[in-house]
Amino acid sequence: MDESYIAVNQVSFAYPTADTTAEQIRLALNHVNLAVRPGEFVAVLGMNGSGKSTLARHLNALLLPRDGTVLVDGMDTREEKQLWAIRDRVGMVFQNPDNQIVAAVVEEDVAFGPENQGRPPEEIRQRVAEALAAVGMSHMRERAPHLLSGGQKQRVAIAGALALRPACLVLDEPTAMLDPSGRGEVADVVHRLNRELGMAVVWITHFMEEAALADRVIVMADGQVQLEGPPRTVFNQADQLRAFRLDVPPAVSAAERLRAEGVPLPEGILTLQELVEALCQLRSAT
Amino acid sequence: MNLQAVTIGQYFPGDSYLHRLDPRTKLIAVLLLSVAIFLPRYFPGYLLVALFTMIAVALSRVPVKFILRGLKPIMIFMAITVLFNAFLTPGEPLFQIGRWAITREGLVLSAVAAVRLVLLVVSASLLTLTTSPILLTDGLERLLRPLAPLGVPAHELALMMTIALRFIPTLVEEADRIMRAQEARGADFRSGSLINRAKGLIPVMVPLFVAAFRRADELATAMEARGYRGGTGRTKMKQLAFSGADYRAWAILVLFTVAVVGLRVTGRG
Repeated sequence: MDESYIAVNQVSFAYPTADTTAEQIRLALNHVNLAVRPGEFVAVLGMNGSGKSTLARHLNALLLPRDGTVLVDGMDTREEKQLWAIRDRVGMVFQNPDNQIVAAVVEEDVAFGPENQGRPPEEIRQRVAEALAAVGMSHMRERAPHLLSGGQKQRVAIAGALALRPACLVLDEPTAMLDPSGRGEVADVVHRLNRELGMAVVWITHFMEEAALADRVIVMADGQVQLEGPPRTVFNQADQLRAFRLDVPPAVSAAERLRAEGVPLPEGILTLQELVEALCQLRSAT
Repeated sequence: MNLQAVTIGQYFPGDSYLHRLDPRTKLIAVLLLSVAIFLPRYFPGYLLVALFTMIAVALSRVPVKFILRGLKPIMIFMAITVLFNAFLTPGEPLFQIGRWAITREGLVLSAVAAVRLVLLVVSASLLTLTTSPILLTDGLERLLRPLAPLGVPAHELALMMTIALRFIPTLVEEADRIMRAQEARGADFRSGSLINRAKGLIPVMVPLFVAAFRRADELATAMEARGYRGGTGRTKMKQLAFSGADYRAWAILVLFTVAVVGLRVTGRG
């Protein structure tokens, strides 16, 4: 537990509703535990209403737990005086690229975070340059955000979070509103940040392909963590995934059906590439 | 209807002397000029103010037709002012139209009113033509900042302007999309009486407003996540800085103001 950067302990949360009869409150989070280690890439999977976005908003004190604790770098999110220190450490990127860009010029938007921190202009300039370089958007720094593609806007939003120099980046379905090429762009950038800068990443998604590249996958349903482990282990529990209304990756599903037809495929096939290799081996063996 | 053609503001990009001036200098100059326009009482004073404005127009290198375009919206207002002044000022009648007479005094007053209005609009247009909305916002914020202790929300006003600049194109795009979606289902925004057309816009406005509120909510969350906590303790990446051009402009402005006031006080202009 000591080595984790973000520690979520037994957290429960319910959104306030008009109807407050205690019995009927539906918990958006129900005794959730999660640890994010420095430099780790964690994918959180779940259907709409599974509580994954609610969990994300607990990681930088946008929401505070009703029960349990969230510790970021040892700081409790419920302590108000540490609020800004926590938000400096955990950057956040949201689903809709349009609704998180504040300024009418790319570089001024990236500067928004450090400006809020009250940094001197020279330092802001440097942070903005670094953040834009890290997402490959330096050449567009004087553009108007509404003229960018969805993927580019989302990279600007990531740069905006990076300018605060966080240790962890939380992305709440960052690709849900993008086309496939935009999705690829964003995923590439985030994976590079994770590899090259050692940035811890919490990637919330309902796309299996994106989760498959994580170090660890967490499956949420009904406000609870249902499955947890490396992608290979999690995705091979096909029946479980279906029970949580999640798609099974195509390769896993194909392998499963082949096995049912009597093809002796090994367990743990995750990608199409692996399936092809396994089938080729079978053929050369016979 | 093509909403994409809507532009924000009327900034005319360029690199003229006026473009390079600090927005604060230009804001104060326009403020001074609009006072100066109302000071003169006689011809020499008007000549000075008009010359000054025309030199500024020449310095801006903005084509005159762009500047005249700014006068279009006030044409009706100007016509009414001129007519009222011409007919309703008592004095020596020049022409008689039925019961109404145009007086010599009225004609002079009309001319004065027209010149003042044109100069006022031209000088204000020069500001927005030569200053990008973003710089204008920065300039306003800096100028109003000393008034913050008096309760003038300088930072909040500037932030609102910035967000408006950022979201106007997005909302225009969205309105366009909603209208096309409605047209695809048989809505008609082009024909019918004015009232019917206005009614037809309701199904466009409702989803547009709902979406705008949702955007506002999400934007507020995103701003909080990036550590926004109001204007106190905030810094700016881009600092405005006065240059030699600004100092020269101030000198000219002081001379100009002294001249206008001098003419007025000595009763010559």
